[in-house]
Amino acid sequence: MTAPGETPRFRPGVKFRFDPVRQAWMVLAPEKLFLPDEIAVEVLKRIDGTRTTALIVDDLAQAFQAPRETIETDVRAMLADLVQRGAISL
Amino acid sequence: MGLIAELTHRCPLSCAYCSNPLELERASAELDTATWLDVLDQAAALGVLHVHFTGGEPMARKDLTQLVRRAAELELYTNLITSGVLLDDRAMDALMAAGIDHIQLSLQDIEPEAGDRSGGLKGGHAKKLAAAERIRAAGLPLTLNFVIHRGNADRTAQMLDLGEALGATRIEIAHTQYYGWGLLNRGALLPTFAQLESATAAVEAARARFGARIAVDYVVPDYFAARPKACMGGWGRRFINVSPSGKALPCHAAETLPGFAFPSVREVSLADIWTGAEAFQRFRGVEGAPEACRSCERVEIDWGGCRCQAFALAGDASRIDPACVLSPDHALMRQAIEAADFDAPLTPRLIRR
Repeated sequence: MTAPGETPRFRPGVKFRFDPVRQAWMVLAPEKLFLPDEIAVEVLKRIDGTRTTALIVDDLAQAFQAPRETIETDVRAMLADLVQRGAISL
Repeated sequence: MGLIAELTHRCPLSCAYCSNPLELERASAELDTATWLDVLDQAAALGVLHVHFTGGEPMARKDLTQLVRRAAELELYTNLITSGVLLDDRAMDALMAAGIDHIQLSLQDIEPEAGDRSGGLKGGHAKKLAAAERIRAAGLPLTLNFVIHRGNADRTAQMLDLGEALGATRIEIAHTQYYGWGLLNRGALLPTFAQLESATAAVEAARARFGARIAVDYVVPDYFAARPKACMGGWGRRFINVSPSGKALPCHAAETLPGFAFPSVREVSLADIWTGAEAFQRFRGVEGAPEACRSCERVEIDWGGCRCQAFALAGDASRIDPACVLSPDHALMRQAIEAADFDAPLTPRLIRR
C-alpha cells in the first residue's frame, strides 16, 4: 500500500499521453501499453514528480467535490496498481 | 500498434543466429531520409504508438538521430534496438537530445572472449558494457537482450546476474528463433533438452529474486514447445515491418514467403497497406488462420502460430505451425533436434558485397 507523504513519479521510459487517433489517454512503456480508466487518467494527469499523494488527493477531492476519505482510498489502491504494472515509482 | 523500422541490414556484427534474411539488402537499396520521415508521419496518423528502430544495426544509419527526433515530435514511443558497439558518448547525447525513450541493448555472452567470438567483432563486448553504462547514466531504462543457443545457454544464470549488475530494469532471455541465418545454422545452435531445462530454471530463479525490480522476459524455443507462439501478436494485427528498401511486411521474416506481393512504402501509403494490401489480409485474424485452427480454443491466443515457420519447415505458409502438437508436421521439430550437429561449423552472417 502507498503512503500519503510519498511522491509518485513516472518510471524512466514510461510515457503518458493522449492519442488523437483513438481519442484516449494511454500509458506507453517499452513493449507494452495500457489504457487507464477515467479515474486513473485524472490521477495520472496530476503526477508530476513533485506532488505528493496527499496533495493529489486534495486536488481530486476539490475538483470532484467528493469526500476526501473515499478519494484517498481509491487513489492509494490505484497507485499501488500502477506501481505493480511498472508505470510509476514512489 | 507498432512500426518496426528496419533501417538497414548493415551491421558491424555477424552473429550466426541473426534473424535477418539470407538475402541482405545493400546500402544502395535503402530508403532515403525523406522517405523514412514520411513513413513516420504516416505511421502516427494511422495510430501507431511505438516505433522500434532496428536493423541490422540501426546506428549505422547517419540519419538515425533525425528519425528519432521526428518520431518523438509525433509523440511516438521511440525504442532503439541496438548492438551498442557504435553507441559512444556523442551518439548517446544526440539520441537523448532527439528524445529517445528506450534502448534495448544486445549482449552475446557474459565475457569478452565468448561475446566477441559470437558477435564476430573484436572488442565488441567491452563496447557493449560501456554502452550499458552510458544508457544508465543518461537516465534511460536499460533493457538487455541475450539470445541463447547451444553455445551459451549454460551461462543463462550468469547472464541474468550480469544484467542485474549492469542495472537493467528488463532482461530478455530469448532462445534463438530459427529464421534466416538462425535457420541456416540451426543444427549447431539448437540447445539440448537439458540445456533448455536449466535455462528455464535460471529464469524462474531470477524472477523470484528480482520481483518487480527487474522484469525478465523469456522467449522459449518453438522446437521444444507443445503450442506455437502468437507470432507478432498475429499476422497483420499489431505490427507493420518496413524493410531497409521499403517493403512493408507483417513480420521481418515474411519476405521469404513465396507467392506474395509485398507493397513498398515508396509506392503505397501505410494506411492503404494496413487496410487494403492482400499480403496483410491473407493470414489476418481467425479467418486467416489455418482451417484446422479456426475452431481451436486457442485460435485467438496464437492465431495458428507462425506462417514463416510453417513455410520454412513444412513448405507451405498456410499449414499449421509445426510447433503445435496438433500439427501433422510436429515431428519435424523433434527430427531437427535429433539431427542437430553440435560440431557443425557456424556460418557467420555477412553481407556479400
